Amino acid sequence: MTTVTTQIKLTPEHSARPGASMRSRLQDALPKIVLAPSFAITIVFVYGFILWTVYLSFTNSKTFPSYALTGPRAYQRLWRWTFESDPPSSWYTSITNMGIFGFLYIFICLALGLFLAILLDQKIRGEGVLRPIYLYPMALSFIVTGVAWKWFLDPGLGLEQTLHQWGWTSFHFDWIKNKDFVIYTVVIAGVWQASGFIMAMFLAGLRGIDGEIMKAAQIDGATTFQLYRRIVIPLLRPVFLSAFIVLAHLAIKSYDLVVALTSGGPGGSAWLPSNFMYEYTFKRNEMAVGSASAVIMLMTITAIIVPYLYSELREKPR
Amino acid sequence: MLRKLLIGTALGSGLAFAAHAQDVKEVEMLHWWTSGGEAAALNVLKEDLAKQGFAWKDVPVAGGGGDAAMTALKAMVAAGNYPTASQMLGYTVLDYAAAGVMGDLTEAAVKEGWDKSVPAALQKFSVYDGKWVAAPVNVHSVNWLWINKAVMDKIGGTEPKTFDEFIALLDKAKAAGVIPLALGGQNWQEATMFDSVVLSTGGPEFYKKAFNDLDEEQLKSDTMKKSFDNLAKLVTYVDPNFSGRDWNLATAMVIKGDALVQVMGDWAKGEFNAAKKTPGTDFLCYRFPGTDGSVVYNSDMFGMFDVPEERKAAQVALATATLSKSFQSAFNVVKGSVPARTDVPDTDFDACGKKGIADLKAANEGGTLFGSLAQGYGAPPAVANAYKDVVSKFVHGQIKTSDEAVTQLVNAIEDAK
Repeated sequence: MTTVTTQIKLTPEHSARPGASMRSRLQDALPKIVLAPSFAITIVFVYGFILWTVYLSFTNSKTFPSYALTGPRAYQRLWRWTFESDPPSSWYTSITNMGIFGFLYIFICLALGLFLAILLDQKIRGEGVLRPIYLYPMALSFIVTGVAWKWFLDPGLGLEQTLHQWGWTSFHFDWIKNKDFVIYTVVIAGVWQASGFIMAMFLAGLRGIDGEIMKAAQIDGATTFQLYRRIVIPLLRPVFLSAFIVLAHLAIKSYDLVVALTSGGPGGSAWLPSNFMYEYTFKRNEMAVGSASAVIMLMTITAIIVPYLYSELREKPR
Repeated sequence: MLRKLLIGTALGSGLAFAAHAQDVKEVEMLHWWTSGGEAAALNVLKEDLAKQGFAWKDVPVAGGGGDAAMTALKAMVAAGNYPTASQMLGYTVLDYAAAGVMGDLTEAAVKEGWDKSVPAALQKFSVYDGKWVAAPVNVHSVNWLWINKAVMDKIGGTEPKTFDEFIALLDKAKAAGVIPLALGGQNWQEATMFDSVVLSTGGPEFYKKAFNDLDEEQLKSDTMKKSFDNLAKLVTYVDPNFSGRDWNLATAMVIKGDALVQVMGDWAKGEFNAAKKTPGTDFLCYRFPGTDGSVVYNSDMFGMFDVPEERKAAQVALATATLSKSFQSAFNVVKGSVPARTDVPDTDFDACGKKGIADLKAANEGGTLFGSLAQGYGAPPAVANAYKDVVSKFVHGQIKTSDEAVTQLVNAIEDAK
């Protein structure tokens, strides 16, 4: 509470014009007063704790935070683990999985989302019914998605078992039990959940395209493929960017999906960096290592978000 | 708030202090025994305390599991808002004691004679720096085999006394077309089984040196290599679908007769009891072959926090009730574990429980009662989890040979120390 009050006091009072009534001054200050609490909360609980995490990563904190700086030992350990590929260290597994999962998840979601959006955009009947069907998975939590797919992909319960009962006994699909393929099942579940949402974004983009341009292109004799390849997709560039940002941050924070779907996978082979961070901080009482891995995750996200913000802010004063 | 303050000032500090010093007749308890038999067993304790006039207040934990509870506890302690007691495991107690937030029950301990009745190996976790900081609730042991009797009779098996006999028994089951070994492929289950394998392969002395003292010579010895080889042998008897399975589903496979045997701690007995199975007629409990006479244990504890003076009476009552013979018997009959003190009569226990109590007593006297590394009673969590990583990676094939496994184990433990 103290931080909130200070924050309110900090809001500049330049609006105090001589002669202005109390009421109009209040009206001027109202937006700032309303925003101040959330601003203060964000400053403390997001940026304050980021700094705290960075600080902790340079200490030797174990179960509880310790405040004596002991140098970058946690980073050195992570750096060493980065190159331990045989047998893979947990950190190596986490970051290679992040690469595989991040790339496939973003790429397939974009491709599938665009494809579905183009199909739905053909002025078909029943679009109003189809659109929510595709969009609905996004309303589920990762936990629900994970558990449902866990059952579906389990060879003893789901798809394989069912097909065996129907007579296709040679069918074999045990990726979720296989250390080399388990991360792809995470991709499948993730794509199932997010691609409908991406479709909706593209659909909105497609609806925003001026029909006159399309007509002009058709009159000029462009084929449908050319129409999309040369005109529609380039016009959707801003949607691609937004969709990419949404997917990238979903990919980096998809801790719960891995836990619900695979509980870490055979021998920890489905871990993502977020799983690594939680395990080390809270289960293994190695808070410094956990913090260091969190800082590295933050830097990864920053590397993606900052160029985006830069390009956005640069375009504004057009 | 302001009014309270004014009244407080007006009445003067003397009266306020007097009001403050009044005992709070309430225990505030953080635990995750919220379902089924465990909750029922805990009710016995609640009633015991209610008779003495102490109210019971659960600290709510979102999420329910032990991890969520430990995270909640960390936050409470960091905020200086200690519960009266919290369910805790192994090194967690010592970590909190080292942080100086645990209470002191020594007075009650002396009065009740806990020093003599609680096994010395357990006191390593309940006594810190000469002070009693926790009340052990039970002792689980992990080196058990749980066998479906009907399947055992069908294949004509007898109790395996050595590891080789165990392999022969598993072969018989395989030939008869049942899944020989029910295992859940999660790292803690694999490591829990490996605890028994190491004890069986290397004997009690070796287990202690390797997994309690973390002696590097023993960790990289040929005996450890042989233990990994034996583990690899066992893993060939599990069904292909074992990876990621929960432990109680593996127990269910044995209960239903789909599988012959599970290697699991005695909490598995709770599942048999819930399915209305009787030891001796429906299922059999043997010590893991080659580990008879030794007990690899873990134990649930109620860690007692350094609460303000007026809450101490309730805390002492809680600890005393927890270690009372009647509660120890009533609780552990339901939970499947054995009492944390060796002088509790075994009359209410079933055959497996009676054996467990006798084994614990013998192991305590013979010095063969060891902390389970997989369950976090052999070494601190960082080491225990590094160990589970290596075992699990070996079971699932990321680590391919026992030579490599031993090297990895030594490195991982060294790294985590």
